[in-house]
Amino acid sequence: MAQVTTTQQGAQYRRSTIWEWITTVDHKKIGILYLFTSLFFFLIGGILAMLIRTQLIVPDNTFLGPATYNEVFTMHGTIMIFLAVMPLNAAFFNFLVPLQIGARDVAFPRLNAFSYWAFLFGGLLILSSFLFGAAPNAGWFGYANLTTLTYSPGLNVDFWIFGLQILGIASVASALNFFVTIINMRAPGMRMMRMPVFTWMTLVTSVLLMLAIPSLTIGLVELTFDRYFGTLFFEPSAGASVVLWQHLFWIFGHPEVYIMVLPPFGMISEILPTFSRKPLFGYPFVVYSGIAIGFLSFGVWAHHMFAVGLGPVANSVFATTTMLIAIPTGVKIFNWLGTLWGGSIVIKTPLLFAAGFIGMFTIGGISGVMHASVPVDYWQTDSYFVVAHFHYVLFGGSLMAILGGIYYWYPKMFGRMLNDKLGQIHFWTVLIAFNMTFFPMHFLGIDGMPRRIYTYPDGMGWNFWNKEESIGAYILGLSMLLFAYNFIKSLRSGEIAPADPWDARTLEWSIPSPPPAYNFAVVPTVTSRDEFWEMKYGSNEQSTAQKTNLNPTAEDERHIHLPPPSYYPLVAAGGLLAMGAGMVMHGDGMAVSWYIFGAGILVLTFGLFGWSFEPNH
Amino acid sequence: MARGSVWLKRAVTGACVALLVVILGGCSFFGGGPQSVNHPAGSNMQTIWNLFVPIFWMSVVVFAIVQGVLLYSVIKFRRKPGSPEPHPTHGNTKLEITWTIIPALILAVITVPTIATVTDFAKKPDTGITVQVVGHQWWWEFDYPGQQVVDADEMHVPIGVPVYVELRSNDVIHSFWIPKLAGKQDVVPNQHNHLWFTANEIGTFRGQCAEFCGEQHANMAFTVVVQSQADYDAWLAHNRAPAVNIPSSNDLATKGQQVFFTAGCVGCHTINGMEVNGVKALGQVGPNLTHVGSRTAIAGEVLPLTQENLAKWVHNPQAVKPGTLMPNLGLTQDQANQVAAFLESLK
Amino acid sequence: MSDLSQASQAAHIEEAHATTTGISHNKLLMWAFLASDCMFFGSLIMTFMVYRGKAAGGPRPQDIWDIPYTSVSAAVLLLSSLAIVLALTYLQRGNERAFRIWLVATAGLGLLFLGGQYYEFTTFYHEGLTLHSSLFGTTFFVLTGFHGTHVGIGVIWLLSLAWMSKRGKIPAIRAEMPEIVALYWHFVDIVWIIIFAVVYLIPYKP
Repeated sequence: MAQVTTTQQGAQYRRSTIWEWITTVDHKKIGILYLFTSLFFFLIGGILAMLIRTQLIVPDNTFLGPATYNEVFTMHGTIMIFLAVMPLNAAFFNFLVPLQIGARDVAFPRLNAFSYWAFLFGGLLILSSFLFGAAPNAGWFGYANLTTLTYSPGLNVDFWIFGLQILGIASVASALNFFVTIINMRAPGMRMMRMPVFTWMTLVTSVLLMLAIPSLTIGLVELTFDRYFGTLFFEPSAGASVVLWQHLFWIFGHPEVYIMVLPPFGMISEILPTFSRKPLFGYPFVVYSGIAIGFLSFGVWAHHMFAVGLGPVANSVFATTTMLIAIPTGVKIFNWLGTLWGGSIVIKTPLLFAAGFIGMFTIGGISGVMHASVPVDYWQTDSYFVVAHFHYVLFGGSLMAILGGIYYWYPKMFGRMLNDKLGQIHFWTVLIAFNMTFFPMHFLGIDGMPRRIYTYPDGMGWNFWNKEESIGAYILGLSMLLFAYNFIKSLRSGEIAPADPWDARTLEWSIPSPPPAYNFAVVPTVTSRDEFWEMKYGSNEQSTAQKTNLNPTAEDERHIHLPPPSYYPLVAAGGLLAMGAGMVMHGDGMAVSWYIFGAGILVLTFGLFGWSFEPNH
Repeated sequence: MARGSVWLKRAVTGACVALLVVILGGCSFFGGGPQSVNHPAGSNMQTIWNLFVPIFWMSVVVFAIVQGVLLYSVIKFRRKPGSPEPHPTHGNTKLEITWTIIPALILAVITVPTIATVTDFAKKPDTGITVQVVGHQWWWEFDYPGQQVVDADEMHVPIGVPVYVELRSNDVIHSFWIPKLAGKQDVVPNQHNHLWFTANEIGTFRGQCAEFCGEQHANMAFTVVVQSQADYDAWLAHNRAPAVNIPSSNDLATKGQQVFFTAGCVGCHTINGMEVNGVKALGQVGPNLTHVGSRTAIAGEVLPLTQENLAKWVHNPQAVKPGTLMPNLGLTQDQANQVAAFLESLK
Repeated sequence: MSDLSQASQAAHIEEAHATTTGISHNKLLMWAFLASDCMFFGSLIMTFMVYRGKAAGGPRPQDIWDIPYTSVSAAVLLLSSLAIVLALTYLQRGNERAFRIWLVATAGLGLLFLGGQYYEFTTFYHEGLTLHSSLFGTTFFVLTGFHGTHVGIGVIWLLSLAWMSKRGKIPAIRAEMPEIVALYWHFVDIVWIIIFAVVYLIPYKP
């Protein structure tokens, strides 16, 4: 049994200068950049949520006007999806995947840095719209033809288009990178069916991203041509079908749901076995159902469009496929319960969040089955019932798991523990406030309250629950501040974390916290599924390699070559930003816009060439 | 550890009580509003509700099982001092196949009536009336084909007769929804959607747009008036007639009529059978105002129809409904009052 | 044997040991990218199919098509696939000069195709087909233009590769680049066969 000696490694990141962070190609640092950036965006999305709930706290409220409210709810959705949940997942891909498969970095470290910078710049481009008083206001789904120049003449939609395009490039680049990394960089013996479930879900998510994002990109390209070059893709007077946009959008949009929720499935599948102190129940079932979900997710998009008028045959087909996708999802939930059952459960914050995830996600899954029944969806779609549903999936589901993941892997990332007592308070307040905020939205759905309305008259029977929900939302906000306090304070003064604080099962816990730049001084040879657990308790002898990895000497480090830092990824991403900004300015009719766009292309090309000719080693 | 577990028990109990309060509270609080779906007054929504109720109870069972097992496991299998290491179970194929098949069966049970109902909803009824509904940013127009009646904000239908609704959009996508009578159907440019329902209760029912359609999406509501066949026929006859003559004794309204026909209102609005100094009101952009005085609300139900509200509205539409496409014509307060009196008299 | 082909083989051996599958990272990346690119083209082709034949407001496809002309330009592009196969064969045999000649030939055929597309676009434009004349115009120009952009990027890539090879500047870790650019080039050709069939060959209703 390997009880890990506590070593002072926490200072490692703090010594880094800004330049090191800007030029870093280390997947761990990039993961941490993703984490901080997306938590910052999450904060902004959360503030917008508070504004929404404040506007709706009483009927006929005039706190935000209709124009502002529409911007706020559009940006809340856009930020939470593209700038919070997706990049929070990416933070974990970056930090964990190479550690879990026993690699020293990702396959393309500079492409990885480029993905991060493009993500940051895309996010900043969208957010900058607030400064110009032109935040996107047509919903995160941007249904044509409301988004055409006729009905949205301002820059609002332009910011949205080009922000999303840059974010899409970042996502596809990152997905390709992790696909290659996982397929190609596993340590000896790390067969596919020995991979940790989080890595598996990252792989499925990467495939979904690289196949789903193109559909959105092309939709946005078509919209751009309509707005900038007078094409007719979404112009009803020319005979166009505005429903085309919805198909393109949801062919992306439904896989997107699983892009946001599969990585959290993976996190749960790591946390539960660790804290139950037994292996994941039915590993192959969990993996195969994850693959099945990914596959089926491309065949259910029209269930977002039941009320569009696709006809009874199409609606019936998509109802059936939607019912099908509920099966593997259910299987996963039962397997997680099976993991807890008969375990020796250590009640710590990550476990609480994982259990909370199962409970809350189940509610979202059940209401999802309700919408799958087309006639029921005729009532529930675009009502608050659906708002309740997807917040149970994305907050009660994805975010709960991600918070659990942060509590679980924070020690590995920063070399310090988060305060567990504050963490438990955080969990219980989140659980209660979350249900206060979102459960009554089911009732409002039954009471016929539609989505996306900036106000409602008195006498609709909606006053009480709206007020109660707003109070819940404020408590939820406060609870998140408690988390922010814990997070920031523990960076400096948290308890020093050992390499393996939870007595965990996978390879990332076999190396120091935080890991050295090269991760593994000696690449491990994997012989079983829960490799690290087997090293500690199983028949596997703890190899000398393992001991070396825990306490590497200068001699061990001398032969390791890591890719050198590079600023080209930042330059290339800066070129993308200039291209996007130039296009938006052109929407405003500024003469200089084409020059900025052209300069962007040159900078991008320069960055790409620069990094192609950099030596790799 | 012991202290922690007491604290945990308290927290769990607290959470359960809170959840129970929310759920029970919910049961007593929902169901009363004018758009509540749980006491349907139309065939279409009744069918939906009948389908929903069994799905709901199945959901409750699944919910109870999952949450029960979850809570039981977390509490029962907590690690206690000296508890042995758990048996490292890797899985149980029989069990896993079972819990794959059972949800599949439940879902199949839901799918069959789902498809049957979808097919049923798509059929056009053999008898009944047809209403053509046109969505505009941000108000509803109701045409009664063959009846020469065009109305806004208010839809009249007879009780017990299938109503076939043809949906057309004048600009962007809207969604037609009368929660108590029927489910939604989107109103899509260039696409001929429809839905049908039979109202089975006399009364008024509120509906509103359910697809985000721009700045004033929230204020795109309407009222459905379900009447006896006789009342409905009388209403049709009344609305088919040209606009009433404004009695010259009504000084304010007569002045308002002059303003209406000179200030530009006729560019957007129609008033059937009225002509002032050779000018006719034939505009097609805004609502038909032939019988506007007999309606109960204006501007997508943003205000109840009173003379005072009408004056407020025509004086400065943007103040009443920011973003509305109705322009501010720069009427003085006096002129606004006159126009309001005129409109109000168009019974 | 030239430096490049030696480096290429050395890189093969090294990569085969370094990766789990034996396929190099770069090649796997290209395969994955092409899968993704299928979806880009797929979305545009779907758009074209949805609007196929909606030509009101401008010339109809059957009025302006010159199928023999477009067939020749398609053949030119297909020939370029053959040219790049020859280039790779010479590289494997160690004849780097012939490799470069065929690489440039490939790029030249690509440029010829682009020139043909330019001529076709301008002809159609003069016959009244524009981006905003009809849905047919909109979808035709955006779909074929998107493909043309792919060909253009390929040409630039081929030429810079030839130039680097001439200067002996292809770094050892990029020694597999000719194979990867060939993958890309074949893909772009195959996509054109599909577009050619969907856009030009399948008859339009009169």
